[in-house]
Amino acid sequence: MHWLFEPGLFTSAPVRTALAVGTVAAVVSAVVGVFTILRGLAFAGHALTDVAATGGSGAVLVGASPLSGFLSGALIGAGAIAVSEGPESHHREIATGVVLSAATGLSALLLYLDATTTATTGVTQRVLFGSLFSTSASTVPLTVVLGTAVLVLTAVIARPLLLTSLSRELARARGIRVTLVSSAFLLIVAMAVGLSALTVGSLLSTALLVGPAAAAVRWTARIGRALLLASAIGVLSTWLGVVIAYDSYNWMPHQRSLPVGFSVVVVIVTVYLLSAMRTSGPRGDHRG
Amino acid sequence: MPDVLSIEHLTVSMHGRTILDDVSLTIRPGEFTGLIGSNGVGKTTLLRAILGLQRYESGSIAINGQPRTAQLDALGYVPQKISLDSDVPLRVIDFVTLGLDAERWGLRRRRRAQRDHVMATLESVGAAHLSTSRLSELSGGEQQRVFIAHALVRRPSLLLLDEPLANLDPRNVQEIVALLHRLSRDHQVAILLSAHEMNALLPFMDRVVYLTGGHCASGPTNEVVQTDVLSALYGHHVDVVQVHGRVFVIAEPNEATDNLPEHPTLTVR
Repeated sequence: MHWLFEPGLFTSAPVRTALAVGTVAAVVSAVVGVFTILRGLAFAGHALTDVAATGGSGAVLVGASPLSGFLSGALIGAGAIAVSEGPESHHREIATGVVLSAATGLSALLLYLDATTTATTGVTQRVLFGSLFSTSASTVPLTVVLGTAVLVLTAVIARPLLLTSLSRELARARGIRVTLVSSAFLLIVAMAVGLSALTVGSLLSTALLVGPAAAAVRWTARIGRALLLASAIGVLSTWLGVVIAYDSYNWMPHQRSLPVGFSVVVVIVTVYLLSAMRTSGPRGDHRG
Repeated sequence: MPDVLSIEHLTVSMHGRTILDDVSLTIRPGEFTGLIGSNGVGKTTLLRAILGLQRYESGSIAINGQPRTAQLDALGYVPQKISLDSDVPLRVIDFVTLGLDAERWGLRRRRRAQRDHVMATLESVGAAHLSTSRLSELSGGEQQRVFIAHALVRRPSLLLLDEPLANLDPRNVQEIVALLHRLSRDHQVAILLSAHEMNALLPFMDRVVYLTGGHCASGPTNEVVQTDVLSALYGHHVDVVQVHGRVFVIAEPNEATDNLPEHPTLTVR
């Protein structure tokens, strides 16, 4: 197996931290991602990653941890979308677009200030595209607590969320508080984005949120299986991405590693393309 | 036994325009009622008011003799549109089960009895064989049966259906209407079905509610489908004639007939 696992891979502390944080982020993103796709919120999910970038660049400027920046940025963005969206889906699209534009502009300013006024090197690369190998081991417990909180919250609202995703009108007729459920889910997406931004960077966290879930829902008609399959795809993609990035140190010229975010995303996109090819004809899993 | 639905002097306005003006109607247990009117006359508004989704200026709505809030489980609803992306990971049986517990927080293991009840409901609408199919991959007619099962699974006393026949081919329209008629008889569930085209409903309707210009005329089908009632309703002379025991409604070609349902000639049993 030495051809796959370079010496020192599993004894490396940064790799172990990367695998732990990456696993939590992958599972959380996959579970939340299935509902994100079900609700047609991929655009809002992507917008929140951009807002997370704003938070991350702000955190660097004031010397706070990247995770706190990603999380606070995404949560503020989710709040802004929830407050400004109307009852119809096109209102949400407009609100999301406005929040996305504002956040991207602010992000440009903050990254400029980061690069010109702080001694931090490679900050733009780190915020936008991640730096999993430089994640502090002390982040792991907080990541696990946050990830567990997101999963528990998702489980609590799962059933109302599912019906609301299919038909807001039907959910309202059943006495479900649709606005409350929708707002709670936006906050859940924000927390998932904040976590995955730590792994693959804010811009690429859309891939972790949407990719495994999009592949999984093509393979199975059962929501429970889709959640498990998406989690498995997310975790395996993250692990494989970490291994590829680590090993690439010995393949690349001038002994430079591939960015982890890049290798994780390449695996996710490959899995998605495979699932799209397999299910492009009549569904093999028509009977679930 | 009280009326399943009793609406008295209901008035609904939206954006300064009166949609429903002093509308009154009743539906008795097990009755099949057609809510007929052209597009935009307030059919959906009336259904939404019954469901508590639309505020009204005046009037009252009672379900089984009680306020709607006390009778939430007594109402089943099939909305006009449920958009399903082709990748939605949801089986028919899971969607119908949501009809039992969608409003509950948290996860709970589903019991065997619950599954049996869902399967019996699917059986009653002729969709048991579709139980493990992906909901989004069914045909329009099959999906409509599943939506009806979702609405029926709590055994409501009143089933509201908003334009369920739109976008169905004639054969599926006949099958769905016959199914609803059988359900109303077998399960004593009253049905209020909105449609702008009534031909397919006429052989089965016990009562008809005509909506036009914010006003309504309601009653047993053979009492409402009368020359004087329909002429007054549409503000234009309408002939109702009987041929071999069947009733035809004939409107003269005139601009006033724009208010009539799409086909001016209607057949009543």
